[in-house]
Amino acid sequence: MSFPWANEYTPSHPVMKWVDEKLPLPRFVYNAVGAGYPVPRNLNYFWNFGVLAGFCLVLQIVTGVILAMHYAPNALVAFDSTEHIMRDVNWGWMLRYAHANGASAFFVVVYLHIFRGFFFGSYKAPREMIWLLGVVIFLLMMATAFMGYVLPWGQMSFWGAKVITGLFGAIPVIGEPLQIWLLGGYAPDNASLNRFFSLHFLLPFVIAAVVILHIWALHIPGSSNPTGVEVKTESDTVPFHPYYTAKDGFGLGVFLILYCAMLFFLPNALGHPDNYIPANPMSTPAHIVPEWYFWPFYAILRAFTADFLFFPAKLMGVLAMFSAILVWFFLPWLDNSPVRSGHFRPLFRKFFYVLMLDVLVLGYCGGAPAAEPYVMISQIATAYYFLHFLVILPIVSSIEKPEPLPYSITEAVLGSDDKAALKPAS
Amino acid sequence: MAENTGTADMQTVAAEAGDDGVRRRDFINIAAVAAAGVGGIATLVPLISQMAPSADVLAESSTELDISAIQPGQAIKAVFRKQPVFVRNLTTKEIAEADAVPLSELRDPQTLAERTKEGHENWLITMGVCTHLGCVPLGAGEGENRGEFGGYFCPCHGSSYDTAARIRKGPAPKNLEVPPYEFTSDTVVKIG
Amino acid sequence: MTRLIGILVGLFFTVAVLWAFVTGAANYIAEPPAATAEHEFHRHPKELHLSSDGPFGTFDKQQLQRGFQVYKEVCSACHSLNHVAFRDLAALGYSEPEVKAIAAGFQVPGVDPNTGEETLRPGTPTDYFPKPYPNDIAARAANNNAVPPDLSLMAKARHNGPAYIYSLLTGFQDQPAELLKEFPEAKTPTGLHYNPYFANLNLAMAPPLTTTDQVSYGDGTKATVDQMAQDVSAFLLWTAEPKLEKRRQTGWPVLGFLLFATVLAYLAKQQVWADKKGKKG
Repeated sequence: MSFPWANEYTPSHPVMKWVDEKLPLPRFVYNAVGAGYPVPRNLNYFWNFGVLAGFCLVLQIVTGVILAMHYAPNALVAFDSTEHIMRDVNWGWMLRYAHANGASAFFVVVYLHIFRGFFFGSYKAPREMIWLLGVVIFLLMMATAFMGYVLPWGQMSFWGAKVITGLFGAIPVIGEPLQIWLLGGYAPDNASLNRFFSLHFLLPFVIAAVVILHIWALHIPGSSNPTGVEVKTESDTVPFHPYYTAKDGFGLGVFLILYCAMLFFLPNALGHPDNYIPANPMSTPAHIVPEWYFWPFYAILRAFTADFLFFPAKLMGVLAMFSAILVWFFLPWLDNSPVRSGHFRPLFRKFFYVLMLDVLVLGYCGGAPAAEPYVMISQIATAYYFLHFLVILPIVSSIEKPEPLPYSITEAVLGSDDKAALKPAS
Repeated sequence: MAENTGTADMQTVAAEAGDDGVRRRDFINIAAVAAAGVGGIATLVPLISQMAPSADVLAESSTELDISAIQPGQAIKAVFRKQPVFVRNLTTKEIAEADAVPLSELRDPQTLAERTKEGHENWLITMGVCTHLGCVPLGAGEGENRGEFGGYFCPCHGSSYDTAARIRKGPAPKNLEVPPYEFTSDTVVKIG
Repeated sequence: MTRLIGILVGLFFTVAVLWAFVTGAANYIAEPPAATAEHEFHRHPKELHLSSDGPFGTFDKQQLQRGFQVYKEVCSACHSLNHVAFRDLAALGYSEPEVKAIAAGFQVPGVDPNTGEETLRPGTPTDYFPKPYPNDIAARAANNNAVPPDLSLMAKARHNGPAYIYSLLTGFQDQPAELLKEFPEAKTPTGLHYNPYFANLNLAMAPPLTTTDQVSYGDGTKATVDQMAQDVSAFLLWTAEPKLEKRRQTGWPVLGFLLFATVLAYLAKQQVWADKKGKKG
């Protein structure tokens, strides 16, 4: 709606006209993801991951609601009911593998979406609110995924619940009572399992609500684009439908091929074997690790092995782990370069690639046993992580000389823009 | 796509090729949308069939009963598919009463012979589920109200069944259902 | 202002983690972690080739039946198979009467219909494999303080599960002399058994498969220890992932269809974008 040349919804059928007059839902959809939403014409394939993330959310809600029809959230039978789904429920094995691998797929897609934002400066004004809501979605996803992983009540479920709630025990004074309150007991048990199930069912719908806000906020300034130059004229945009529905359709196909290959041929590759052992409060697995998508943050948590000033190591680890995500909230104000896209920021670009490598290293160390050399490597990587966001970005954005920007998206795509001649190049 | 008229582009590569081009474009788009539709519908199969009885429920869908201890005139309530099933050892008097009813008087005409197995006419095996709305009729237990026709009586809405468990009075439309069963020996019956 | 605070916070975390690094590195140099027997003598599972390997693999039903026989005659004395029901054995190629007969050969917990007392009765196809011990305490008491784990999911509960089971069953041996020389305190305690494929090298389970023809196979296969170990590994893969064949049989058509649909989607996308392509494509 923000562009004057956006197509207006004109119902082609009398029934649609009738509906549109009473409840303009068709118009709303048309303007949100139809031909009524003008989108920069130069989006590359990294812009597919938003739609794919939305698809993953729907996939998780559909398979999750179905699994809840067969799953029993009771510590005595939760593990057995999961196996009942795998063995006896019609297509139950497929639905459960779809949900478990769907969580991984969701995080893959969302991480790519986030790194797209990092590189192309999608968090910069006027899109700060979209970014903040996105970080909220990511936090909610982490909470949901964690609680979902507890539900099968295997060894990793149980010990994951114990360790993660133990993080809250690091908080001075209120930590221990808080942890007991969270669990509803002194260790994870039926009370914890039941509340995790309840919240795991609820939170995806909260996520869906925040996603709607995220998309709403997106439609105020419109989508960003790889050049980072704002839309100037109609020739800079194409209608979302059919151009980006077609492109997203192709992207969805590629995504589904990779996802189904995992689901049908390597369904347990991303899971941990220990979660096929029923929860046993008397015996800890040799090597507790969360699911792969938490590994970078888990590495940061474990990197703080020594007390620092008045901060005990445990508290430092917890603070650092939460800060590693909270720092994203401040990104729009830490990086104040007027240029958005990494394509035109030579110095920023180099550090961005280092950050990508750094997060991969953190991920690798987070999945490895808590032994040398992994701890030392993760300490160096953690140092870089914080330096990158909190020290390097503010400094780089001040001292960097950006490369010249194209006058407009049209010029970037076609090599020239008739309107460019009329105005001085920016 | 008809809505695209407002997006004329200064640098449109070339004018649309003639009719052939248009037809090919339409064909591919329709084929792609159709493929998505087929995929979506195929996905519904597991999503719907997961609600059907699971393998463990299906496996429990037959029950074996030892009926040697049931005396003439007595009945037992057994469980078949998580529902009550009545097994009644009819007395000669009850058989005679049932046979005496003309079929024309029945709402759901069936003879007692059609509702029992040859050679075991005294064994009346029916579901204990009223055909009206699914309550469990009385009459199988010792001393329970058997209704005015001496068979079963459903207390929920007053349906009365006779000694062949046929509906005689009240709102139920059908006789009590006879489940599939067979005698594996003179004293053991396999239901389902 | 935000950036100034940011830089301070960033430096705080950086210094804290580097402090941890320095402390850790100093410790590491001062006291390098000692080598352990587990670290040096634990071995990865041996290679095991089953007909179910690979994306086209299917179960060898003869082998599964042999493996079931090994489980029934050897393993089931101590190990439960909680998630498997007798009716599931139909997937191994047994007919309905055979399944019934197998089930009837097991005594499962029941209730006396006259007295209501707990008793044992012959199994029916809907029953699950009975547990060898009523509870963990009984299992512990009977097995030198170690609980024999349930086997239904063992092939998925260990890395490279079938190969692990096979290696463990064929891996019992005397402690190597080098181990005792290097780590005299790591001598296998009495009552435990040395096995390099087990995580901490010493296993409470005594070698269960010891002699050729310990089980007499009906199909003429020679029951060597190696053969029995392979067969029971294959059987336990089936108990852990009974839908493995169906999963792959579903997967191929799904992937084929998706490939077709994605090519169509690509062509449609190219068509839609044909008039918007710029110089950069």
